[in-house]
Amino acid sequence: MDQQHIRNFSIIAHIDHGKSTLADRILQLTETVSAREMRDQLLDSMDIERERGITIKAQAVRVQWKGHELNLIDTPGHVDFTYEVSRSLQACEGALLVVDAAQGIEAQTLANAYLAIENDLEIVPVVNKIDLPQADPEGAAAEVADLVGDDAARVLRISAKTGAGVEAVLDAIVERIPAPAGDPEAPPRALIFDSSYDQYRGVVAFVRVVDGVLHRREQLRAMALQTSFEAQEIGFMSPAMRPVQELSAGEVGYVVTGLKDVSELRVGDTLTAERRPAAEPLPGYKDVKPMVFAGLFPTDSDDYPELRDALEKLKLNDAALFYEPETSQALGFGFRCGFLGLLHMEIVRERLEREFDLDLLVTAPNVAYRVKPVNGEWVEVHTPADLPDAFDEVEEPYIKASIIVPKEFVGTVMELCNDRRGRFDHLEYLSPERVHLTYELPLGEIVLDYYDQLKSRTRGYASFDYDLAGFRPGNLARVDILVGGEPVDALSLIVHRDFAYDRGRQLVEKLREEIPRQMFDVAIQAAIGARVIARETVKARRKDVLAKCYGGDITRKRKLLEKQKAGKKRMKQVGGVEVPQEAFLAVLNLNEPAKR
Amino acid sequence: MPAEHLYVHLPFCSSRCGYCDFVTVVGRAGEHARYVDAVLAELELERRLLAPRPATVYLGGGTPTLTEPAALERLLAGLPPADELTVEANPETVTPELAALLARNGVDRVSIGAQTFHRHLLDVLGRRAGPGDVRRAVHRLRDAGIDNISLDLLYGIPGQSPADLGRDLAEALALAPEHLSAYELEAKPGTRFTHAHGQELERQAERMECYFEQVVETLTQAGYRWYETASFARLGPRDLRARHNLGYWLGRDYLGLGVGAVSTIENRRWRNAPSLRGYLSALEAGRRPAREPEALPPDVRARERVMLGLRLDEPLPLRGLEQAVDGPELERLAALGLLERTPETLALTRRGRFLGGGVTAQLLSAGAASRSI
Repeated sequence: MDQQHIRNFSIIAHIDHGKSTLADRILQLTETVSAREMRDQLLDSMDIERERGITIKAQAVRVQWKGHELNLIDTPGHVDFTYEVSRSLQACEGALLVVDAAQGIEAQTLANAYLAIENDLEIVPVVNKIDLPQADPEGAAAEVADLVGDDAARVLRISAKTGAGVEAVLDAIVERIPAPAGDPEAPPRALIFDSSYDQYRGVVAFVRVVDGVLHRREQLRAMALQTSFEAQEIGFMSPAMRPVQELSAGEVGYVVTGLKDVSELRVGDTLTAERRPAAEPLPGYKDVKPMVFAGLFPTDSDDYPELRDALEKLKLNDAALFYEPETSQALGFGFRCGFLGLLHMEIVRERLEREFDLDLLVTAPNVAYRVKPVNGEWVEVHTPADLPDAFDEVEEPYIKASIIVPKEFVGTVMELCNDRRGRFDHLEYLSPERVHLTYELPLGEIVLDYYDQLKSRTRGYASFDYDLAGFRPGNLARVDILVGGEPVDALSLIVHRDFAYDRGRQLVEKLREEIPRQMFDVAIQAAIGARVIARETVKARRKDVLAKCYGGDITRKRKLLEKQKAGKKRMKQVGGVEVPQEAFLAVLNLNEPAKR
Repeated sequence: MPAEHLYVHLPFCSSRCGYCDFVTVVGRAGEHARYVDAVLAELELERRLLAPRPATVYLGGGTPTLTEPAALERLLAGLPPADELTVEANPETVTPELAALLARNGVDRVSIGAQTFHRHLLDVLGRRAGPGDVRRAVHRLRDAGIDNISLDLLYGIPGQSPADLGRDLAEALALAPEHLSAYELEAKPGTRFTHAHGQELERQAERMECYFEQVVETLTQAGYRWYETASFARLGPRDLRARHNLGYWLGRDYLGLGVGAVSTIENRRWRNAPSLRGYLSALEAGRRPAREPEALPPDVRARERVMLGLRLDEPLPLRGLEQAVDGPELERLAALGLLERTPETLALTRRGRFLGGGVTAQLLSAGAASRSI
């Protein structure tokens, strides 16, 4: 189709503000799917997304509206997926910014709206759920108009649920969002903004053709990785896969590559044709780097190959996931995985357990550190145990946190941020009731339980988002935990020196509760280098006998002992001490007082 | 080789104690004679498995002394003579007549289920006897000429205090029994007893290690030999250890008769089905009762030998048991001061004996059960 009649757009919305419902309504209204086919929230195809009400994977659906071809590119709605949002936004010329009429702008909406504005996208502001009794469409419209610098009168008021105003949204897409402006005659260039893996067809790339034309059965090449393959099928989603002969400049669709190796095609790469290659790839997507790391270990060490295969498969659909093999003396073979954030970590873990049926032990998360060893070069450290004993400097990642809360919670939120080494940046009233706070915080202070704390201290009212703000020097130390005199690598942590003593003491107290009494005294120590800063002892058991054992009891008692032995084997042995797996998660609950 | 040890189970009780997990039958006095006939019939069927004059015979229960006297006397007369003939008794059943009956039928050892001398604790256990019944029973048995008496004590009873246990031990010692057994109360999960005393049982569980130390301390200081995890024999010229039970702990073969009784002969173990009616009807028809068999390959018997042998205070000869023991674990446990080994033997240290269950679990080589996990 002629580019003048194509519109590519995304929907930006906070969780639960109605993005999926609006997408469904658009599909219905454009008769892309019949009412009978209509299934709620068609675009969210993964279970976890449905359950959590989050869209994780971007997908593109083509609809027809008044002689125009509209491509709706779905975007993830959560803070951790800024990268995926950025990829989707790159493929669009415009975005609907959807805000709940009752709730107003949330922190995530802000972040994604800014991202869209940075990408020069035309923003079409929409206030949704105007049918709700508690809706304040005018208030919400004013907030949104203020944010995007538009006239409040141009803010569309709709109810995606009832369908009211949705036609106007489609008209606005056609009227306000610019048509693509690539060169149809140039050598082809198509941006890969997403991919998925099909067991039978291999890697399927979702692309936005920027210049030229992609043909079916054509030999294509991914420019960054120099992967060459034949386009086995080309098509678009509507919402099912519809094969076509070609996709031309401005269009959005998919390419079935037949590639079996997930690492051969990278999201963010540019596809071109072998026969007429483009000289330059499209400007690359922002290279996101994982900032939160955790060790993933199979509970049963025999599952290691399965875990490796599963991570490989997930990585295909999740460009942001990073992993490398890790060997822990305490936990055996596993992987150190890098995530964009905590939710990302949670989702990966759930998918591994649910889709791949794996039992996992996930260590407490930590952030990436940059360290300059004495007389050495700067290196990045992903595991606390890897921080060298002696170093000249160490840096930790900071974030700029954006928090929106009702005004009565400002005090408690500020207290929480100050406790976490936060530096106050800015406070602004969005409305007489709602306050937007910004703080600079070390990422390491939020990876454990900051979000939970924020939610519980504000009775769930706070909304939170953050942007990475680069590495900064920190007065940090590595605290090691020794069990029975032996350091346990998986329990080391990096903390600010001012907190080292407290954290060390809390951790050994937790561990004293978690480690069962053994047949000998077990010392649990926290140490910085050679200096012990805290110590607890798990006293030896004094009695462990089978009360009685006569002729009729022998079989049962023998089985009891055999079970006991097998149970011990499943515990991790550290220096001859049986450490239950829960102990490795003790650091997660450090801020809860130890039961004494 | 025929078994040297015979166990006979008499399931009848006047009432069921909440914590008991033996095969017991309440009431049914009329069935005692039939039951004795059945046991004697079973003995005939299995006689080739038993030595003509076994070393020991043990009548356990249930409450063997509750068995209707004529039936009991017929049973005792029908059993083969042995070097040790023990009968378990509940204190309240020991009348002068019963004591005389036992004595004249060759019973030379009686094991009395005293449990505790405290009224309120006996009530918790659902025991019928009062504290005075134990003393009376001992005197009556002694009067009848029985000079080997054992008392069973329980600790960790809901409501018990360390002082209560101290008085129980003193009361028991005052009766100068030849033998004492002291067990911790094992409340089975899911039973009414456990349900009724849940919280208190948890509190008692925390005290178990103190109780155990208190028992061992008190009895060894009073001149008893702690010869098995839960068993104590008065020191003196006679060896007063329970010979029948030693048979189990030394890994000997034994034949068990009666409902629910277990036998272990060479590479086989079997348990008679626990149904009284099924037991009676099978034997009255001249058939063996239904049984639950279990194969005992040599490696299993070897591991049982280690498990049982380490309950004793005498070193365990290692010959033939090398495969049953996990070598590196043995070294580790020895280094921890829990085990002592010589080239031929293995023994728990005193501290090791208090941790005997855990030590044994560690020490045993991985068996079939743990290998499959």
